[in-house]
Amino acid sequence: MARIEGIAGETENQTQTKIRQIVAYVVLIFLMVVSLLPFYLLLINATRPKVQPGIQFYPDSLFFKNIGKIFDENYRTNYGSFPRAFFNSIFVSTIATVLSVYFSALTAYAVHVYDFRLKKAVHTFILIVMMVPTQAAAIGLYRMLVNMNLTNSFIPLTIPTIAAPAVYFFMIQYMASSLPLEIVEAARMDGCGEYRTFNTIVLPILKPALAVQGIFVFVSNWNNLFFPQMLLDKPEMKTIPVVLQLIKANIDSNPMTADAGLEHMFMVLAILPVVIIYLLLSKNIVGGVSLGAVKG
Amino acid sequence: MRRKTISYAKWGYIFLIPFVVIYCIFSLWPLIQTFGYSFLDYVISQGSVTSIRGGGADTIQNKGFCGLSNYIAVMKSGGIFAVSFWNTIVLWLVGFIPQIIVSLLLASWFTDIRLKLKAQGFFKTVMYMPNVIMASALSLLFYSLCTKGGALDTLFGGPELLTKVWGARGVVGFINFLMWYGNTTILLMAAMMGIDTSLYEAAQIDGANPTQVFWQITMPLIKPILAYVVVTSMIGGLQMYDVPYIIGGTAGNPNQVLKTLVSQIQLGKNSSVGAVSALSVLVFIVSAILGFITLKLMDDNSIKTRYGKKKKK
Repeated sequence: MARIEGIAGETENQTQTKIRQIVAYVVLIFLMVVSLLPFYLLLINATRPKVQPGIQFYPDSLFFKNIGKIFDENYRTNYGSFPRAFFNSIFVSTIATVLSVYFSALTAYAVHVYDFRLKKAVHTFILIVMMVPTQAAAIGLYRMLVNMNLTNSFIPLTIPTIAAPAVYFFMIQYMASSLPLEIVEAARMDGCGEYRTFNTIVLPILKPALAVQGIFVFVSNWNNLFFPQMLLDKPEMKTIPVVLQLIKANIDSNPMTADAGLEHMFMVLAILPVVIIYLLLSKNIVGGVSLGAVKG
Repeated sequence: MRRKTISYAKWGYIFLIPFVVIYCIFSLWPLIQTFGYSFLDYVISQGSVTSIRGGGADTIQNKGFCGLSNYIAVMKSGGIFAVSFWNTIVLWLVGFIPQIIVSLLLASWFTDIRLKLKAQGFFKTVMYMPNVIMASALSLLFYSLCTKGGALDTLFGGPELLTKVWGARGVVGFINFLMWYGNTTILLMAAMMGIDTSLYEAAQIDGANPTQVFWQITMPLIKPILAYVVVTSMIGGLQMYDVPYIIGGTAGNPNQVLKTLVSQIQLGKNSSVGAVSALSVLVFIVSAILGFITLKLMDDNSIKTRYGKKKKK
């Protein structure tokens, strides 16, 4: 008797599991649709005309016409040159990525490898400042830059990334797991200078970590609106998110002249680089999320 | 041999120079300045200059010491801190509550040894994607979808959500949900995968149902990481700017409910510097408290970084 009950319980369990499986898949597929539908509608709307009432699920024929609008005279007088803004964004994001990844690795290396009196204090200090939102100092920074005549410059958007506590935090964790001190000592034995050791021996070992952090830093700088908006108001200095914000402000002030086809095409181009990076490297990015542990 | 051992300590200091110098110039000093401004009657009058920006606007500056009056002004009912702090918390909650529920559910499904869900990599990739997309572009997209006559507005029969207080809050919350539920799911999954599977097997043998397993085993064991997720999300929430700003514009429409703490800094940077500085200091204090909690959480539990003191065994 007991045995038959056991088997009966087992089959009931299996059907239960089956049901839970179906529920899980339904919920997951629903969430996939919710996550992807906006992007699908974005693409569709980028092929539609200036005025777009209602919803449409199939593409229209104006894709190339809308691309043309991004590069025409009318756009340039309203928002400045698109290629210029695109280049600005690429420039700022690339410099910021290189600086923040290189110097944070160097900083983490200093704390990881060397024994000095302030070692612990420095580590704790950086962990603490990691928790301070940069926006809390934004007003002081902005007034300082105004006084120094450094608004409308890329210096405040790139140089400060040398001190990136979150990247430091990631790097030092990575070093603890993958950078044995014996390698550094071996390099010393062979007469390799300290700075050269870091550049030629340590950096290659850190490559996977540098790549993951590089992607995150590039993406967050590419998407950054707050600081560029605060600092850049000359048309030729604007980055893509600043132009996007301008387009939205234009919709608010002149809703009648807004061109929905152009706006959606702009958004497509604005997110394109990151979408390409993501499609190519999504494995590293998703894998890096739980490693980084500290992300807003 | 006169020098038997070579001290390398100086190299530690040398390599720290770039980080420390840049941090002091671009973060620490501005932070100190912000503290200082918060006690000054620092107002830049725009005078007849219509443009909010530009050198010409900096004509009339008044910088007398005024004690705590900036703090009193921003914190009193209707003050910029009182209003935007409340707005920010509400917007954060509207996005975070569904996010944590969905993420817990998904993470427990993904790690369930009996469910054996397929295509996890694909699901995770799609879930995380909105997080890397430009938040302002995503917001403008939702603005155009939800505004009067937009695609979603039409699909749901024209509710004109963006003109209604809770409708606009809901849209902002939804965008934040979309951006962050994948991230939270992945973090919680990492926590759940760290749980010893023999615990689950033992529970299964004892006849525990999935709900019991979740509340009796999973939840207590991931509590530290759950707390960490909540607190870090709060810190992130305090900095909310792009989404409500793009949806609600400078005015934070409807009814100013989309004005967040950070958007006040952007608004007041060339006018009410003193008041905005006081607000910044308050943001600093709140996030310092939250940050302190985070560090404590990181210190005495499983999030304990691989770096740092070796665990005493």
